[in-house]
Amino acid sequence: MIEINNLNKKFHKNEVLKNLNIKIEKGESAVVIGRSGTGKSVLLKCLLGLIKPDSGIIKIGDKNILGKNLQYINNKSVKIGMLFQGGALFDSLNIWRNISFSSLQNKVSEKECKKIAIETLEKVGLNSDIADLYPSELSGGMQKRVSLGRAIFSEPDIIFFDEPTTGLDPITADVINKLILEKVNDLGATALTITHDMSSARTIASKVYMLHEGNIIWGDNVGEMERTKNEYILQFVNGQSDGPIKIQNN
Amino acid sequence: MKIFTNVGFSVINFLEETGRFFIFTLQTLKSSISKWYFKNIFQQMVSIGYLSLPVVALTSFFTGGALAIQIYYGGNQFNSEVIVSSIVALGITRELGPVLGGIVVAGRVSAAIAAEIGTMKVTEQIDALKTLSTDPFEYLVFPRVIAGIIVLPILVGFADVIGIMGGWFVGVQSLDFNGTVYLQNTEIFLESNDIISGLIKASVFGFIITMMGCYHGFFSEGGAQGVGRSTMNAVVSSSILILGSNYIMTNLLFAS
Repeated sequence: MIEINNLNKKFHKNEVLKNLNIKIEKGESAVVIGRSGTGKSVLLKCLLGLIKPDSGIIKIGDKNILGKNLQYINNKSVKIGMLFQGGALFDSLNIWRNISFSSLQNKVSEKECKKIAIETLEKVGLNSDIADLYPSELSGGMQKRVSLGRAIFSEPDIIFFDEPTTGLDPITADVINKLILEKVNDLGATALTITHDMSSARTIASKVYMLHEGNIIWGDNVGEMERTKNEYILQFVNGQSDGPIKIQNN
Repeated sequence: MKIFTNVGFSVINFLEETGRFFIFTLQTLKSSISKWYFKNIFQQMVSIGYLSLPVVALTSFFTGGALAIQIYYGGNQFNSEVIVSSIVALGITRELGPVLGGIVVAGRVSAAIAAEIGTMKVTEQIDALKTLSTDPFEYLVFPRVIAGIIVLPILVGFADVIGIMGGWFVGVQSLDFNGTVYLQNTEIFLESNDIISGLIKASVFGFIITMMGCYHGFFSEGGAQGVGRSTMNAVVSSSILILGSNYIMTNLLFAS
């Protein structure tokens, strides 16, 4: 479903992605882990067409979408949803308008949009009472759920999650992880999550990939992550400062 | 040697910024032939025009009044009723109405646009728009720019009337002019070209103010400090461009 071959991206002299290769099958929930600054967000932004890679191939289905914007990708009959790290809800719009934003732009009636938005709110465990509130009136966890609602509103084929549990307490983080897992399974969507939260990775992932210095250095089923002897994985999973991953850049 | 390096970097930065602004302007113009978000345009017209009216009205009223006093006491007081009314009318409609109105709106609107779009940029809301298949130029930039171009002349039209009335008020109350004669003289000396030239200027200023706000907001980076810097740059650059373009337009409209 998503295939990336020899993807390269550098900012001035800083090579962020170096011949990166990854293949995510349809219906798979892939999680890319890695330290901060290893290029996880850049990878995601390249996939979303928000950053233009220097070279390589990004295929969604059988179409090469390298450097294309989301409007192009969505028009190619593949629907994409995205959950941003900070939620990225529109401050100036109330909750139901945030959730149904894409339909509102496509001339679907406000009444219909609000009805579906309220149903979506319920799907992510929120009460319809908040539909008319604004994002600033919600807690961080509620904003994340609303953002998840917006990501799944159009029933996408592919959903990207950027650090979905950042800034949340462990209990709320677990609620979000379970919601993500449930909704991805309900939709039968392909999911790609980037995170450095191991608890999140264990809950969401069917497959885990480790990104280090701009390349995927390890990838296997989530169960294998606990059994592997790979030193990079061991150091990262156990949160140790000693090991092959050097910390001089951070 | 260091001075040459610094000058070189400054020139490169200037050219880079100019090129980026040129591309930004082209993208904005391109978005004008795509989808029009009429609701957003209307909201921006209210925000830029209607909500700026009180501050523009106050500025014009006091400017008209002060201008009348300056002309009266600074010039020959013989036949002053004719001179004051005509110079106030011409000064307000040709120059002070559009320029002061433009600068006041720049301070209020350009800053607000840069802060809003800048915050959207640093909180990934603009990226979110793109992921929802919405072009930020069509949804955010173009509605503000077209609203500015439409609304500024209307705002300056009000400013002209209120500025002239400011001069009239001071003339009648403080300088013992006859109110009816003052207004008759204003009507005699004021030509439609004086008003139209001011409104043309206002339209250009509307474009400058909104473009500067959108441009600086769009390229904000670095969190709250970056948004603050963008806001400041938007106000400073739009004010300078208003004064510069006013000089050029005055030359084009009146020197010939």
